[in-house]
Amino acid sequence: MEKREGHDNKYGMVIDLDKCTGCGTCMVACAAENNVTVRADESDKERSIAWMQLYKIDNGRPFPDTEVCYFPRPCMHCDEDGRGGHHSPCVSVCVATATELDPHTGIVSQIYARCIGCRYCQAACPYHARYFNWWDGYSSFKPFSKGMERSLSPEVSPRMRGVIEKCTFCHHRLMRAKTKAYAENRRDLREYEYITACTEACPARAITFGDLNNPDHMVSRLIKNKNTFRLLEKLNTQPKVYYISSKEWVRKLADNYLPDQIKPVSGNDI
Amino acid sequence: MENQRDPSGKTPGQGPLLSLINKIKALVKTIFSSSFKIGLVYFAAGLVPALIIGWLFFPALLYSKQTQPMNFNHALHMDPEIVSEIQGDTETERCLYCHSFRNDGTFTGIPEIGVCSECHKDDDFPLGESEEEELLINEYVTNKREIPWLSYSRQPDCVYFSHIAHIELGKLECTTCHGNRGKNQVLPAYEKNRISGYSRNIWGKKISGLKKDTWDSMKMDDCAACHKEKGHEENNACFTCHK
Ligand code: HEC
Ligand code: HEC
Ligand code: HEC
Ligand code: HEC
Ligand code: HEC
Repeated sequence: MEKREGHDNKYGMVIDLDKCTGCGTCMVACAAENNVTVRADESDKERSIAWMQLYKIDNGRPFPDTEVCYFPRPCMHCDEDGRGGHHSPCVSVCVATATELDPHTGIVSQIYARCIGCRYCQAACPYHARYFNWWDGYSSFKPFSKGMERSLSPEVSPRMRGVIEKCTFCHHRLMRAKTKAYAENRRDLREYEYITACTEACPARAITFGDLNNPDHMVSRLIKNKNTFRLLEKLNTQPKVYYISSKEWVRKLADNYLPDQIKPVSGNDI
Repeated sequence: MENQRDPSGKTPGQGPLLSLINKIKALVKTIFSSSFKIGLVYFAAGLVPALIIGWLFFPALLYSKQTQPMNFNHALHMDPEIVSEIQGDTETERCLYCHSFRNDGTFTGIPEIGVCSECHKDDDFPLGESEEEELLINEYVTNKREIPWLSYSRQPDCVYFSHIAHIELGKLECTTCHGNRGKNQVLPAYEKNRISGYSRNIWGKKISGLKKDTWDSMKMDDCAACHKEKGHEENNACFTCHK
């Protein structure tokens, strides 16, 4: 295969942690948008499915120096490292070609009908962004769930028992935006015409979404901020989700440095 | 191997090549022997019914037939002599009278009852004398009920399809994918796969899966083949057609 210079579009997200209040609206909006299932008893959070997960981290210092930061975590939509060979970890391990790095959008797809449920990708994902369906979603707890399928969005196919699911950057919203553009006789999308549900819902406007390949888009400008970082950047997975934090301890924790290992390992050494 | 000598100096009794030829000879002999012929009869007695079951009975068993709630006559509505309101330069434009696009580009699909009642509105003055129209007005138009049509071309749940991309950008005719559905006078029976629940139109009527016309089947391969043929291979990434 010839070497590709990059994607036509490269959709990405910037989350400003200084603005995030940890309210969890993004999680709710995401679950409702994407037909994420719930169980009859959701009290065991370890088993809940959350495409957008909210983590809470602190600086580990005792009161009064304690500082807390909330960390929304969608799928990072890891990319090629540009030197060939290196992909998104999940894509490179999938035995069924059920997950793909879309060369035109940079979105990592997940085709539920194709997934055989081996959970290799779940193990490979360093961000815990992939979830396994241990139960049949909406059909499993009848009669409680009777009629619940009517609340589903027809734009996102529901998942069955035994497959992996994850954030798709609300891919159906991209198709929706494209359809609208076609009706208006254009092919290219304007900025913010395609944004994810979490981006739209965030009351603090902490999330920005756009095309990282387009220098005019807000996301491209935001990632030039000196406080921008990505999660576990040292793994060289090239996430397309960026974070901004003015606090140094947050930036350091995001790469999980050991106490005596302050500098990130550069991609070339791996 | 053949010219390998026996250590005792004698020529070996039979080389492997020779024994193979002998075996083939023996096989030919048995084929013409009576016992083998009987075997062949038994084999055919098993195979032929199996083929009949597989090619004739199984498809009949696999698909359940359902009738539509009422008949719809496309040919009549497309005839400008009878229905003058439906106009347009091309056939596609005339189809879009009922199968229209919304402002946001989405496809309305099978028209809602509101489209029918533009013309079939009054039970005192029906457009014709047919019983079908009476049923339409009495059952659906006056009660403002949607007609529960069964969709022949509806794809599985996981498939995303965009009519506007194919009709406005791709400039394709409805016939390419739907065949002569726009010219039907009588609706065919809706056939549903008992195992998958999908309409038979996706796999196609031909159990062999061989295609003569572009609309014979609409499986994943059929979509991808056309995208390749039309030079739109960028649309063959999983997330173009799946959701
Ligand atoms: C633009 C006007 C128009 C629209 C819209 C329209 N029809 Fe008709 N329809 C007609 C006319 C005209 C006839 C012919 C009446 C006749 O002469 O029998 C007809 C006849 C019929 C008949 C009787 C045909 C037969 O087989 O004898 C049925 C049933 C029917 N229409 C159903 C529908 C349905 C269902 C819709 C909604 C999708 C619809 N029509 C929309 C104009 C229209
Ligand atoms: C008067 C409105 C009207 C017009 C005009 C019309 N249709 Fe239809 N069409 C319907 C209705 C009602 C149905 C649902 C019943 C059925 O399946 O035929 C339908 C169904 C269909 C279907 C089957 C969809 C499915 O998968 O079940 C196709 C294909 C179709 N039309 C194509 C066309 C084409 C092509 C034209 C133009 C040549 C056309 N239609 C013009 C009303 C219309
Ligand atoms: C490239 C192939 C293609 C072309 C061209 C095409 N269709 Fe379709 N059509 C499909 C497919 C595939 C579906 C099933 C869509 C789905 O399940 O979401 C469909 C579904 C439909 C349906 C049923 C929608 C439903 O609710 O189930 C109607 C009606 C229809 N098409 C009418 C038309 C008309 C009218 C035209 C021409 C203006 C047309 N189609 C052109 C492939 C095509
Ligand atoms: C007869 C040819 C043909 C068939 C059959 C066909 N397509 Fe297409 N399709 C096209 C063409 C041509 C385009 C590109 C239109 C353009 O971009 O100019 C296209 C574009 C698309 C797009 C739009 C992508 C975008 O950028 O928005 C989708 C989605 C799609 N096809 C899905 C399908 C599916 C699903 C099927 C099978 C059910 C199918 N197509 C069958 C010819 C076809
Ligand atoms: C051009 C459009 C198109 C593309 C691209 C495409 N598919 Fe499909 N796929 C379909 C259609 C249409 C169906 C339903 C009809 C069928 O079963 O063939 C389908 C069905 C499937 C099914 C069976 C689902 C079921 O419930 O029957 C699987 C699994 C699948 N696709 C996986 C994939 C994977 C993995 C990719 C990417 C490598 C992919 N598809 C790319 C159109 C497409």
